[in-house]
Amino acid sequence: MGQSIEHIVTTIGDWSGALLAGAIMTLKLSVTAFIVGQVIGMVCAAARLWGGPVARRVALVYTTMLRAVPELLLILLLYYTGSAGIVALFQYLGFGNIEIDAFATTVIVLGIVQGAYAAEVFRGAILSIPEGQIEAANVFAFPPFMMMWRIIIPAMMPVAIPGMANLWVILVKDSSLVSVVGFSELLSGARAAAASTKMYFTFYCAAGLIYLVLTLVSNRLAQIVERRVRHGSQQPGG
Amino acid sequence: MDFSWVDKYWPLFVQGLWCTVLLLVISATFGFLLAILVAVARISRFRMLRVISGSFTTVIRGTPLLVQIYIVYYGVGTLLAGTPGIRTSLLWPYLRDGFWYVALSLTISVAAYDGELLRGGLLSVPKGEIEAARGFGMSRWLILRRIWLPAAIRMLLPNLLSDCVLLLKSTALASTVAVVDLVGAANRVRSDTFLVYEPLLAIAVVYLLFSGLLALLGARADARVARR
Repeated sequence: MGQSIEHIVTTIGDWSGALLAGAIMTLKLSVTAFIVGQVIGMVCAAARLWGGPVARRVALVYTTMLRAVPELLLILLLYYTGSAGIVALFQYLGFGNIEIDAFATTVIVLGIVQGAYAAEVFRGAILSIPEGQIEAANVFAFPPFMMMWRIIIPAMMPVAIPGMANLWVILVKDSSLVSVVGFSELLSGARAAAASTKMYFTFYCAAGLIYLVLTLVSNRLAQIVERRVRHGSQQPGG
Repeated sequence: MDFSWVDKYWPLFVQGLWCTVLLLVISATFGFLLAILVAVARISRFRMLRVISGSFTTVIRGTPLLVQIYIVYYGVGTLLAGTPGIRTSLLWPYLRDGFWYVALSLTISVAAYDGELLRGGLLSVPKGEIEAARGFGMSRWLILRRIWLPAAIRMLLPNLLSDCVLLLKSTALASTVAVVDLVGAANRVRSDTFLVYEPLLAIAVVYLLFSGLLALLGARADARVARR
């Protein structure tokens, strides 16, 4: 309270490097986890739509359970299980002993959570594709992979993109949760700055501002991408 | 898997569940009331109100809830603690407890998210209903209270209830500021007994059942809305 504006500005200046490094880590983490999440989501959506009874059920249980439990709890559970589990899995698959770093664990944890939501977005988008397009591809004897790549993904994109953009913003915000398990990103950087300067209000607001810039820029980019993808598609209102 | 701690710690979990329920009910109730104000301000005739409520929604929805909780708890909390005389006041025991800070943050968050939802709902109520009410000579306030809001809320009931599941999940963040909610209870068992998975898995089941219950209510509301 006795701090002058000048003092606040110079202190923020001193810590701006740490905040920036944190923001870059948050972005890196979010981008990688987003890709992991989209892949998991796509596989899950495919399993729910075209899988056998077992695959269908596994995917349903995964998407339902993960969306019903708090993200923070999942992150705690997966983080503590995560590193041990991933090492065991890789050993089982015959990749030998691998070193798992905190970044990889965090990405996988966030990706698993993201995948459950992405699966729902993709399932909805695939269901919105007119049946005739898929039937036509079948008539031309498209192999499954080509069908996915050439027909289904392009046709579902206009419907999926708003949902994906929404998930991306949620992911950027949820990535702050990994600061709770000690991974250093933007919020951890702000916490370190706040703790050592005792300027809690200032630094948490600064972190909030950076998150806000990230989400606002993301929303704007999503609008541009959406307009591009809709261009030429025959979605109503496109 | 070792569940021998349950005998000793179950009262803590009941207390944690109660705390989670309280957070959910308090923030859902007050958040919804605030959301109505936000939604009405967003479609107001006055530009100033639209700008303020619009920026509020953008800022709250664009930043992580955890950051908001930290700003309220550490930021505002520290400012309050520095205020002379407050430590000896009757309110201090409440001001020290993280619970009310989390409840406040969650309420603000609900106000922003549900406010946005309600704005959409208000705008999609058929114009004719409102014109008819105006034709009867009802005042703007009466129209809002008797016709416009009820119609919007009825339409949005399933969405509002599914937002309750999101809110339930958000209450877990209370544990980050030392509130003993369900996750806080599990954390305490973990630090006391060094068991990691068992307490976390146990509360995961509780959250699953709780979300399931809310989803069931949502499905019921869905069916009721469809019948009309």
